[in-house]
Amino acid sequence: MSQQPLVKVEGLSKSFGALKAVDGVSFEIKEGEVFGFLGPNGAGKTTTISMLTTLLKPSGGRAEIAGLDIHKHPNEVRRVVGVVPQEYTADEDLTGLQNILLCADLYGIPRSNSRPHAMELLKLVELQDAANRKVSTYSGGMRRRLELASGLINYPRLLFLDEPTLGLDVQTRTAVWSYIRMLKEEYKMTLFLTTHYLEEADSLCDRIAIVDHGHIVKIGSPDELKASIGGDIIVVGVAEAEPDISEDIKNIPLVREVKKSGREYRIKSEVGEESSIKVIDLVRSKGLHVTRIALTKPSLDEAYLEFTGRSIREEEAGKMDAFKQRVTMMRARR
Amino acid sequence: MADDIPARSTATVQEQAAEAEDEREAERSFRAAPKLNKSPLHGLWALTNRDLVKWYKNPIQLIISLVQPVVWLGLFGKAFNIGALFSSQPGVTTAEVNAVNLATFGTTSYFSYLGAGMLAFIILFTAAFSGMSVVWDRRFGFTNKALSTPVGRGAIVTSKILQSVVRSLIQAAIVLAIAVILGMDTASFTVLSVAGSFVILFLMAFGLSSLFVMLALRSSDWQTQMAVINLLNLPLLFASNAMLPVKIMPGWLQSVIRFNPVSYAVDGVRQMLLGSASATGYAVLAPLWVDFSVLVGFAALLGILGIVLSWRLLSR
Repeated sequence: MSQQPLVKVEGLSKSFGALKAVDGVSFEIKEGEVFGFLGPNGAGKTTTISMLTTLLKPSGGRAEIAGLDIHKHPNEVRRVVGVVPQEYTADEDLTGLQNILLCADLYGIPRSNSRPHAMELLKLVELQDAANRKVSTYSGGMRRRLELASGLINYPRLLFLDEPTLGLDVQTRTAVWSYIRMLKEEYKMTLFLTTHYLEEADSLCDRIAIVDHGHIVKIGSPDELKASIGGDIIVVGVAEAEPDISEDIKNIPLVREVKKSGREYRIKSEVGEESSIKVIDLVRSKGLHVTRIALTKPSLDEAYLEFTGRSIREEEAGKMDAFKQRVTMMRARR
Repeated sequence: MADDIPARSTATVQEQAAEAEDEREAERSFRAAPKLNKSPLHGLWALTNRDLVKWYKNPIQLIISLVQPVVWLGLFGKAFNIGALFSSQPGVTTAEVNAVNLATFGTTSYFSYLGAGMLAFIILFTAAFSGMSVVWDRRFGFTNKALSTPVGRGAIVTSKILQSVVRSLIQAAIVLAIAVILGMDTASFTVLSVAGSFVILFLMAFGLSSLFVMLALRSSDWQTQMAVINLLNLPLLFASNAMLPVKIMPGWLQSVIRFNPVSYAVDGVRQMLLGSASATGYAVLAPLWVDFSVLVGFAALLGILGIVLSWRLLSR
């Protein structure tokens, strides 16, 4: 058994006119792994999925899925991957079961197989009782689960999930997460998911690629990403903006880095608990006053801030994304 | 007591083994990919059937689409009683009126004349709206979903054309039945003439549906699509012989009408259903074989153009 990666992407790019939506991304996904693309709206996450699922032709670079080149063998690639898109694509006038069977038909799966398999999948996402109801009567969470089930109808080796919990309430989000974990643990499925929720990436993914402006800025496991920040972070507010005592703080044992912005010092320390007390002592010994102190253990949020230079919550949704999100949420609410 | 312990642990081991086996079983059944049906017709039928199911499961849509031609037939067709208009004049005999009607319309009954036109009308309107479902599918991501499956790119487009053709032919059959009930002249109806008329209607439906599906493929905006429909629909209807004979119209309009495929469909259907081919040339646009040839050419040209062009658009 060779340990060939299931997905191999090299320098994949896509431009729309002057806009470089995806700008030379490279990564690999191993069989059985949950791989996440974490980034703000407009970072190129959906565009990457669209290229890997053969909906968009790349402008440059190459990608292989299960040894198949996405450009040369698009139809074979389509057979081995499943897609759960961001929008609700199910036909509202058909029942849940009819929707899944339609998908199966498009893959050429005979009804003798697809019918029992569709029921099995509906049971998996706990929709068996709603199988024969029109999708227009489904709630947002039910629709999301139906999309998940239809994405699995062709026995994919790799499942793409584009923002699987966008616009869902907390309860449904937890349910979707548990299905994703089940797919990984019980069915050993390889998953590629995009998200802009840090906790989602943190709790589901084996490895995460932080993407920003079409680039991958960092790849690693959640723990690696957190560790790569280099320890705990102490934020100390001082009443006086001057003098700058950064150099003195840096001399405290275990402190690795100090950044001053206005009246605040952002200090990285290997052991935050120990250093913070020494920092307070130092500030006082200089005759200054501590106004505030905060100690944070590294979180993915911190890592994200470190690699992209801004917090994910500051991101403003792009115009089109905002519209899409509204449509999705509008339909989710019913 | 002590004996129990190994016994229990054996049971646990067995249970665990069984559980593991169950799990492997689940995994296997999940992964057991079936033998696939790779015929292109399989996917084409699935997509066409989806649209047709939506249509016949929703009779309101069917009824609404029938209202317009039936209102035209029942109200306009019955009110516009040309025979009575002239025979009510003093000194005009019914025989004279019939002769004038026959010369103008190729039949003594304007209602029958209009009836044939209405068959083309319903085909035109159904085909025009076939583009709308393309726009909706695109808007709500169904098109992308279908594109992410191995189904033929051509099948996605062809299914839209096909469902529109099937729908419009069924609706045309219903309109024909209603026209007959309301008093359309059936004297010239034969199995061959009715079948021939539907071949003509099929060709027109195929060509027009291809045209509208093609126009809809690139837009995800239904307002634009509505504008396109309105822009094309009424001119195609009025600049044709659907309601009045060509030869009473001004020369420039006659030239326009000769470029309108709808005219040839109406002309062909009239010649076959009303037997107006044998009437004077006034009511007839072109010989029947010309009607057929024009429509075969029209359907083939637009069908091929639509499928090739949209195949290229879809596989960006």
